[in-house]
Amino acid sequence: MKITVDQDACCGAGQCVLIAPDVFDQREEDGIVELLEPEPGADLHADVHEAAQVCPTAAITLHDD
Amino acid sequence: MSPQEHALPYPLTPESALEPPREWEGLRRECPVADVHLPNGAPAKLLTRHEDVKAMLADPRFERDIRVGSTAGDAGETGDDSADLSRMVPSTGENHLRWRRLVGRWFTAKRMRQLRPGMERIAEDLIRDMTASGQPADLKASLAFPLPVFVICDMLGVPAEDRERFSRWSDTLLNLTRYTGQEMQAAQREFVDYMAGHIEAKHAEPADDLISALIEQRESGEDGLDDTELLGTSMGLLIAGHETTANMIGKMVSMLLADRSRWERLVSDPSKVRTAVEESLRADANQGFGLTRMVTEDTEVAGETVPEGSAVVCSMAAANRDEHVFSDPDGMDLERVPNPHLAFGTGAHSCLGQALARTELQVTLEVLLRELPTLELASPPEHLERVEGLLVGGLREVPVRW
Ligand code: HEM
Repeated sequence: MKITVDQDACCGAGQCVLIAPDVFDQREEDGIVELLEPEPGADLHADVHEAAQVCPTAAITLHDD
Repeated sequence: MSPQEHALPYPLTPESALEPPREWEGLRRECPVADVHLPNGAPAKLLTRHEDVKAMLADPRFERDIRVGSTAGDAGETGDDSADLSRMVPSTGENHLRWRRLVGRWFTAKRMRQLRPGMERIAEDLIRDMTASGQPADLKASLAFPLPVFVICDMLGVPAEDRERFSRWSDTLLNLTRYTGQEMQAAQREFVDYMAGHIEAKHAEPADDLISALIEQRESGEDGLDDTELLGTSMGLLIAGHETTANMIGKMVSMLLADRSRWERLVSDPSKVRTAVEESLRADANQGFGLTRMVTEDTEVAGETVPEGSAVVCSMAAANRDEHVFSDPDGMDLERVPNPHLAFGTGAHSCLGQALARTELQVTLEVLLRELPTLELASPPEHLERVEGLLVGGLREVPVRW
């Protein structure tokens, strides 16, 4: 799995960080999403899927291989 | 239900305080763009499907118009324009984006984790006071109402000894119980005086709080909020974050206790608290008015053209029970994943305080499960009464025993 995030779309809701804190973070200066782990291990896939599905601005895209 | 013969009066009336209005299901199925008339007589279109509500709220062409919502409530007689967040917080375009990014840096999930221990203490203290004064108790007055205002005080750096005053001002400004126009104006004046002094004090002696951080940001030469904007932001946060969270705590606890097997499941497995909070937000049928958008050009919704100039009311609560998105939408699945409910809106204007609200709801539930595992409703759920006439739906009281 590869993750990309759209920082222009992000509204800083922080849902992804609450669900998958090892994969997503928020920038100090404005709360916008930041990727910690663009290719997370299989144990994190369920959380990452959930984060992508509930993101209010659909700013998280998953590329499954 | 389709074609519609008469415009429905909006808001619709639910069967009981925790149950949805009977019309929702039919509207979603047959009449996704329904004609309604608002309490002030104005016509509007009501959207009830998840897909349509989500698309409308996320569409940058249609910015929110809170005034439509507030004049539509029955707040007119008290002149309740304090609920008009748009005066406090820029609501559109570049100004909104700037404000959102400046303030948003404080509302990160990481920051909320730091605030957690403080919230836990607040919850524990309030629960201890509630149990000390005997049962049955009103969980709304003892816990749900004070907790969010105390948390906002902590965030703004307001000392604990001033919390009670804050709580009183907020109660008056929010018109939770009825006050006269004079009392509201007096509360607003006291609040503004207090906050102006508080902001001044933070200039002199910054600490680890939102106001200090925003002042520091400005003084570091970056873009920042001036003192008037800081005042507006403080008031905006209090108004946006108090009543909403207070009511949601009361409704969440009531829904989980209305079928006590839900409560018991969580007592035996508190790791389900996060998903149980999301499910409570989804299942809340008494969310209030919904969000209003002004349609600024002809727009296609569910195969129909909504003409330019229409007011559109988006019912997130109806969308949250859409059977095309949620299986068994009228039940509560405390482990539902994913749970793409729209209780905080969606898109660029979705709730700024959602990480805070989620953390408050999670902490409150965790502490209640731990401290009062025997908690139960002290009267049958059918006897719970809704607060009438507010933009945000809530329960009058949440009578409990333990
Ligand atoms: C359970 C509690 C809460 C609920 C259900 C809720 C719901 C909402 C909704 C639906 C909106 C979107 C309005 C729109 O699209 O026009 C919103 C906006 C907002 N909320 Fe919340 N909210 C809650 C708690 C909070 C808290 C705790 C705060 C902060 C202390 C807060 C601050 C805000 C702000 C500042 C906005 C305006 C955001 C913007 O325009 O960018 N909310 N809220």
